[in-house]
Amino acid sequence: MIERRPFVQKILKNRQSNLRVVSGLGTSTWDLMSGGDDKANFGFIGAMGQAIPFALGLAMAQPDLKILLFTGDGDTLMSLGSIATVANHPVSNLTIMVMDNESYVETGSQPTATAGKTDLEIVAKGSGIANSYTIKNEKDFDRIIKTIYEEEGPSLVVAKCQAKATPLVFPHSFDGSVSINRFMSTLKS
Amino acid sequence: MEGAIKDWRNDIYKVFKELNITMVSHVPDAGHTPLINLCEKDNEIDVVTLTTEQDGVGLSCGAFAGGRKSALLMQSSGVGNCINALALPNICSIPFLTLVSMRGEWGEFVPWQVPMGLGTPKVLEAMDVKVFRADYKEEVGSTVDAAARFAFNTNRSAAVLLSQKMIGAKQFKNG
Repeated sequence: MIERRPFVQKILKNRQSNLRVVSGLGTSTWDLMSGGDDKANFGFIGAMGQAIPFALGLAMAQPDLKILLFTGDGDTLMSLGSIATVANHPVSNLTIMVMDNESYVETGSQPTATAGKTDLEIVAKGSGIANSYTIKNEKDFDRIIKTIYEEEGPSLVVAKCQAKATPLVFPHSFDGSVSINRFMSTLKS
Repeated sequence: MEGAIKDWRNDIYKVFKELNITMVSHVPDAGHTPLINLCEKDNEIDVVTLTTEQDGVGLSCGAFAGGRKSALLMQSSGVGNCINALALPNICSIPFLTLVSMRGEWGEFVPWQVPMGLGTPKVLEAMDVKVFRADYKEEVGSTVDAAARFAFNTNRSAAVLLSQKMIGAKQFKNG
């Protein structure tokens, strides 16, 4: 099992200038913000299920950048069909990283479907995302970096994480219009 | 534009071109098919087929953040699928445009279409979406133009309801 916060922070610490990072609601956003305030990040705090389609739209609009989405298994399970949409409208610059703790940890750690019989790597492969794999160990860090910056996307990486609550780290603002405008200031249209 | 079908969908396509709308997502509806076909023939427009309408909201917002304007095409039955997703353009002040082909109103054959057809304008308004409506073919172009400008100039969500009167109520035949 991966300890998610240090793992996310390590990816952020080594980020290249062409990386833009989006996070799905809940723990993924607190993880992203724990790496320090950066205008090149945008974190969801609501609209569950919308992070994957948002990342797809962004990746299509900014083909010269690398787009990395951190999101949870709960957020991903809410919009499984969006994985099929990503697969069939492929963008080479998108990496979806599902921080899979097999639980809705923010609401009392109720088990998600991935605690049962559902395997998101196989869902992704079956949906048509060939570059999909699962990591369970921090040693796979280099592989992730290669996927984000070098491999032909779209990619979906399932990172099996410990299901423990971590301190909430809030973004610069809870006002979405402030967050998105800061983020957009880092993009050329 | 050559060989384009001369109907009101062509007027919508013209608005897309004029306002530089370069991404069109949809869960298809027969009422939108001629427009989808026009967009698919256009190399400057990316057409994204969705599995559920709500994903078009997120897609649109991500595309706008990246500098591209888009529109979501759906049938009225899809509007209900979008409710919580509509929080995203709302809270982020991202312009969002959707064109909704109406079912469950003018001469509807299928009773199952009626509940969401009746609910469509109420649901959109409940989520702070400005609702425009075109009942006649002659007003489609100007209405879509007005709704698109409203959305992109004021950073708000706008929907155009395209009446079933224009699309025509399909009468199903058993067997």
